[in-house]
Amino acid sequence: MARAAGGSAALLLLADGRLPAGGYAHSGGLEPAVTAGRITDMAGVERFLIGRAETAGLTAAAFAAAACSRAARDDLSDLSGLEAELDARIPSPELRTVSRNLGRQLRRAMAGIHPHPHYATLGAAPHQPIVMGVAAAVLGLGPRDAALAILHETNSGAAAAAAKVLRVDPFEVHAILARMADRLDRLAGEAAAAAAGPACDLPAPASPLADIAAEHHRRTHVRLFAS
Amino acid sequence: MTEKTPRSLRLGVAGPVGTGKSSVIATLCRHLRDEFALGVITNDIYTDEDARFLKSAGVLPEERIRAVETGACPHTAIRDDVTMNLMAVEDMERDFAPLDIVLVESGGDNLTATFSPALVDAQLFVLDVAGGGDVARKGGPGIARADLLIINKIDLGPHVDVDVAQMVADAEGAREGKPVLALSRKHPDTIEKLCDWVRQLHAAHAAGHHTPVDPGPMAPHHHPHDSNHAHGHSHD
Repeated sequence: MARAAGGSAALLLLADGRLPAGGYAHSGGLEPAVTAGRITDMAGVERFLIGRAETAGLTAAAFAAAACSRAARDDLSDLSGLEAELDARIPSPELRTVSRNLGRQLRRAMAGIHPHPHYATLGAAPHQPIVMGVAAAVLGLGPRDAALAILHETNSGAAAAAAKVLRVDPFEVHAILARMADRLDRLAGEAAAAAAGPACDLPAPASPLADIAAEHHRRTHVRLFAS
Repeated sequence: MTEKTPRSLRLGVAGPVGTGKSSVIATLCRHLRDEFALGVITNDIYTDEDARFLKSAGVLPEERIRAVETGACPHTAIRDDVTMNLMAVEDMERDFAPLDIVLVESGGDNLTATFSPALVDAQLFVLDVAGGGDVARKGGPGIARADLLIINKIDLGPHVDVDVAQMVADAEGAREGKPVLALSRKHPDTIEKLCDWVRQLHAAHAAGHHTPVDPGPMAPHHHPHDSNHAHGHSHD
């Protein structure tokens, strides 16, 4: 079911920040990092985004790619195994909840936009990268596309939040995203390469401070973003 | 209430900051909770202040009041990307089935923010006299075409030099016959009118006679990350 012309337009649809799946309510950990004083300027934003792409981003990309390759084969028999392996890679209960909330939202949106029986098999609250992988497969995209879509979502969502929590020039924010384009391509390639193997061998780079910050954020009463 | 009702009546409450949206919802809950099974979804700009206010007011059991966090984009959450609110409403309907009415409170926003018909069946737009007597005259989709326009806090008129009768007349002029309700929580007759309006709406919804009407989108505007999001939806 792969698309003959590469499916570029379908990938853009899936990765577009305007896809109505509620992602705009999250800063990807940028707001708690700013609140704690760990990011104060654009160089800090760039370091944060690179760190996030190389850790949470790569993990999400690998699971999106793995879910995509399974869904493309119509073999969703080990999705619960994928879910458990991803749970194990997200130590923060808050971030597991966020990932599952975003996953439910993405499924709710995509099941209306482009219905497919796969969406009903994903369980009550599937993780966001896994829904992204299945959505990519349903649109005729491949594992690398699925990885790229979740990497872009992860990166651009946090970057867009910078304009609300820091005094920034939005052109500088997008300059960072432009500098990171090659990095995201490379990470998507790594994720796709890992996707064919067993779930237990998928990448597991960690970022403990992001996990701790997410727990602090949940306990803060005044916040702009849900995470 | 009847077998024909496919799901609850979803009623949106929109309007600028501080006009009394939460207070209107608290009033509706107090006066209608013995007649209808109710749920409330709040949308806060930041914090969960509105949900906490309603819970502390004790107008409904706490578990029937849930907050949606909108990432500082309250108009997006009720119009362009309603997925979070839609899921909150559906979860509430599932967890407390059968519900008669789910009230969805928008985060306080500007005069042009209105609910998408994909999210609610009908919507109230709340202004107040303390915001200035000329606001109703300015019009806009919510003021002109919400199912009901509420002019709130009419007891404050003399204190803020607003001619309430004139403000109501201006609003009626902007609405071409659609209803305007002058409201004060200190005037029980006005509260009863509000409750009656909701009762009639619910009856029409339950009987399948109510057709949601879209007041229209907010005015075109610009975000740094998103150059044309006022146009990502249909205009019919």
